[in-house]
Amino acid sequence: MTDIRETAAVVATEPGATADAVSTAALGMGVKPLTPTKLAWRRFRRHKLAMASAVILLVIVVMCTFAPLFTKYSWNTLIRNPSGGLERFLHPQHGHWLGTDELGKDWYTNVLYGGRVSLEVGVMAALASTFVGTIIGVAAGYYGGWLDNLLMRITDLFLAIPLIVSLILLTGLPANEPWARTLFGPSQSVRSVTTIIALFFWMPVARILRGLVLSLKEKEFVEAARAAGASDGRIMFRHLIPNCTGQIIINTTLSVAAAVLLEGALSYLGFGVDPVKTPTWGNLLAHAQGQTQLLPALTYGPGIALVLTVLCVNFVGDGLRDALDPKQLSV
Amino acid sequence: MADTSLANLLQSSESADTRPALGERVLEIRDLNVTFKTEDGPVYAVRGFDLDLDAGEVLGIVGESGSGKSVTMLAVLGLLPRTAQITGSVKFRGEELIGRKPKELQAIRGEKIAMIFQDPLTALNPVIRVGKQITEALRAHHTDLDQREAMGRAVELLDSVGIPRPEVRVMQYPHEFSGGMRQRAMIAMMLANDPQVIVADEPTTALDVTIQSQILELLKSVQERTRTAVAFITHDLGVIAHVADRVQVMYAGRAAELSSADVLFHRSRHPYTRGLLASLPSLTGRTGRLLPIVGAPPSMLNPPPGCAFHPRCPNAQGKCAGEQPPFDPIDGDPKHRIACYFPVSADGPQT
Repeated sequence: MTDIRETAAVVATEPGATADAVSTAALGMGVKPLTPTKLAWRRFRRHKLAMASAVILLVIVVMCTFAPLFTKYSWNTLIRNPSGGLERFLHPQHGHWLGTDELGKDWYTNVLYGGRVSLEVGVMAALASTFVGTIIGVAAGYYGGWLDNLLMRITDLFLAIPLIVSLILLTGLPANEPWARTLFGPSQSVRSVTTIIALFFWMPVARILRGLVLSLKEKEFVEAARAAGASDGRIMFRHLIPNCTGQIIINTTLSVAAAVLLEGALSYLGFGVDPVKTPTWGNLLAHAQGQTQLLPALTYGPGIALVLTVLCVNFVGDGLRDALDPKQLSV
Repeated sequence: MADTSLANLLQSSESADTRPALGERVLEIRDLNVTFKTEDGPVYAVRGFDLDLDAGEVLGIVGESGSGKSVTMLAVLGLLPRTAQITGSVKFRGEELIGRKPKELQAIRGEKIAMIFQDPLTALNPVIRVGKQITEALRAHHTDLDQREAMGRAVELLDSVGIPRPEVRVMQYPHEFSGGMRQRAMIAMMLANDPQVIVADEPTTALDVTIQSQILELLKSVQERTRTAVAFITHDLGVIAHVADRVQVMYAGRAAELSSADVLFHRSRHPYTRGLLASLPSLTGRTGRLLPIVGAPPSMLNPPPGCAFHPRCPNAQGKCAGEQPPFDPIDGDPKHRIACYFPVSADGPQT
């Protein structure tokens, strides 16, 4: 190999090569070159709505994640007045920003702690489903043939299953079936709800990535990698998936919004996370609905938090799409 | 059996003394046939093609688009799609490559036989740093190599192909490189494993003329240093004149003429080669009209019977349409072979 280095010296002294060197100096390589990430960040910043949404989302995420720092109560603390009686149905006021429920629990605290779980379910379900969807989509697109056919028909099958009905059926399984308990986790636990939602969220990602890989695998750099002796796995993980990063990120983001919403719907219907053990925005809403006659303000907290989060995530998703996939025409 | 030979192949790369001696036959292609199954019927891309490549030489492979030059080399590397049917024999230093398992070919690709592609714009992955792509090529064959060490090698390699400030360049993306620099980076990538055969598939076609000559110089100096065998695929006879020791002219998937570069440019005998030479503009000579070869290359779905060139050949007679002429030595020169019944005289008009 040292031989080649010597050659280099010869080559480098050719007029062409030195011209290269001069031009790099003249062009001022001192100017920091822009990496794709920096370019994307620059485009994202121009998207005002997405930037504003990102800030709001950040506030929500920080407040929920570090809930103990933003409230002095725990979600199941019962608020008592100095004489020891429960402070039930307090109207929103200083110290209890969203009031208290019929048991005397601070509602603001519950919304914060509920957000923790709702966001956790949303993010974990989105990550898990994107992971599965990526593997299935890339494998189908790359290998093609019967495997592609098989995987895509399974995808079609999952898309054809009515979502809410099967989710409700599946959430009931762990209580009765031991195999479902090992697979999904205990009934009405955060883990089981996350797993079950993820089970129905991988299809769009799989389809999108299959399409992308179908066109990417014909590119010359894939053949170049193969000519360099790269294995199928190396080509898929080192060359194809990095080229899909933009789409993967956009889809994960949009999946988070959809999963948060679905968790809300499931919990609202009473098939989600157990309200006695863990608050979520969905079961807080269901809980508040029972009290609308006495204190309608209880629905506002979890309702607004849920809507705001989903809205912001979607706007951020749009911003990311424009930033990471500039070739796609934004409508 | 195949396993042990693979082990031998892998082992041989470890020590430098197993590099082929100068003049050793590194690649031997015999009666290679490549047929693509298509909906319109079989396409006969390569038909009974022979080729020898020795260590230390540069063999130019010339032909029109669709003459089978790229397909031949892709067949050697096992890079053809599954629709391709390959028969015949390809031996790399005595080891048969046709019929090998994909995994075994993969171990040879990049490590023993490396390939440079035509368009450095598309042959580099746009979202991966150049240094990373070079280390990928290294680590595909040396999985134990750690990333730091590999990156150091990548810097050395970029330096070796005349890229200034390689330590900065390794961290950049392909879009920050100019066309010529990208091709240099491709060459660095291909040199990563110190291959014994380099297949250059029109490496200068996508570059502008000034960069072309730089890249040719680079390839030439690399080849002279490492004494690697190079198969240089091109349709540009000017490039051939610049780099090749021997030239193989292909037409319609078959060998038309084989000779040293010197003989080809001065005493070529095949009418097709003559046609190619006559269609070249000359910088110094006459400035009259260029002479094109009449007609168009044949469809390989149903190639013409006999000599495939006969419908376009000025010398063609009845015999040519009947039977494929043998690829025999001519002029008593064992290194000059043509496949033609009615060769052009050696002292006809030349360019």
